[in-house]
Amino acid sequence: MSDVLAMGGYAVYVWPAYGLTLAVMGGLALASWRRLRARERELRALGGEPRRARRREDA
Amino acid sequence: MSEHARARGARFNPHRWANPGRFARLAERAVPPLAWVTAALLLVGLVGGLVLAPPDFRQGMSVKIIYVHVPSAWLGLFAYVSVAAASAAALVWRHPLADIAAHAASPVGAAFTALALATGSLWGKPMWGAWWVWDARLTSMLVLLFLYLGHIALKGAFDDPAHGRTASAILAVVGVVNVPIIKFSVDWWNTLHQTASVSRLDSPAMPMSMLWPLLVMAVGFTTFFVTVVLVRMRAGLLEARIQALRTARLRREDA
Repeated sequence: MSDVLAMGGYAVYVWPAYGLTLAVMGGLALASWRRLRARERELRALGGEPRRARRREDA
Repeated sequence: MSEHARARGARFNPHRWANPGRFARLAERAVPPLAWVTAALLLVGLVGGLVLAPPDFRQGMSVKIIYVHVPSAWLGLFAYVSVAAASAAALVWRHPLADIAAHAASPVGAAFTALALATGSLWGKPMWGAWWVWDARLTSMLVLLFLYLGHIALKGAFDDPAHGRTASAILAVVGVVNVPIIKFSVDWWNTLHQTASVSRLDSPAMPMSMLWPLLVMAVGFTTFFVTVVLVRMRAGLLEARIQALRTARLRREDA
């Protein structure tokens, strides 16, 4: 386990690369999800129910 | 036309799938399973890459960066081709869904291009002795990042949003010439960057134990992209509805 953590002396390059990747992917997923929820709230506040409105469009 | 033939015709009619309401419901149903598949692929790829794969005989453990660097770079390119294709469709057919798709995908592609540059920098420092070099592969990837940023910025740069959408779509389509330049940069110019080692499928330049985690990670990054873009497209569709409702309300108040 400590072998994996040490990365053969390259730990200072390898782990930041993985940390950045995690931060970017986590950030993208979270920001996109929160944006969707915010738009749904906004639409409800305007009196357009997202779910029902979509079904009507489809008909 | 028989009932069966009509059902088949409906199933293969692209306009049916391009209906925004139908698309939103399909996307809503597709996101949870896609998210689970993505999580599983990334977990398997990480274990395979970080724990099971051997160190490189010349690069040692620094080669572990490949499992995040190469999938990010591939996705940066794949996302750009998607943005350009959606932009071309938006210009030709003026379908609102194509426009929403292009603008849902481009910030995600930009993030992965930046990630490819950053992880490449972290790999370049120990292997080449420099965080950055003005080499053909690195420079063309930087141009890709600027194309993404231009696409994002142009959308909001005009008073008339329709002009912004058209301008950014044209930029995305024209910028696609950069994609083959990136791909072949390592063959056309003398560069520090190593040449393709996976796409030579007849004789891949890496052992199977390194290749499979890399491919699993690449598929996982791609399903991540699809999942996030679907969520962002749903938000984009709601934005269009909100805009339409607001406009309608303003008109009623004016009347």
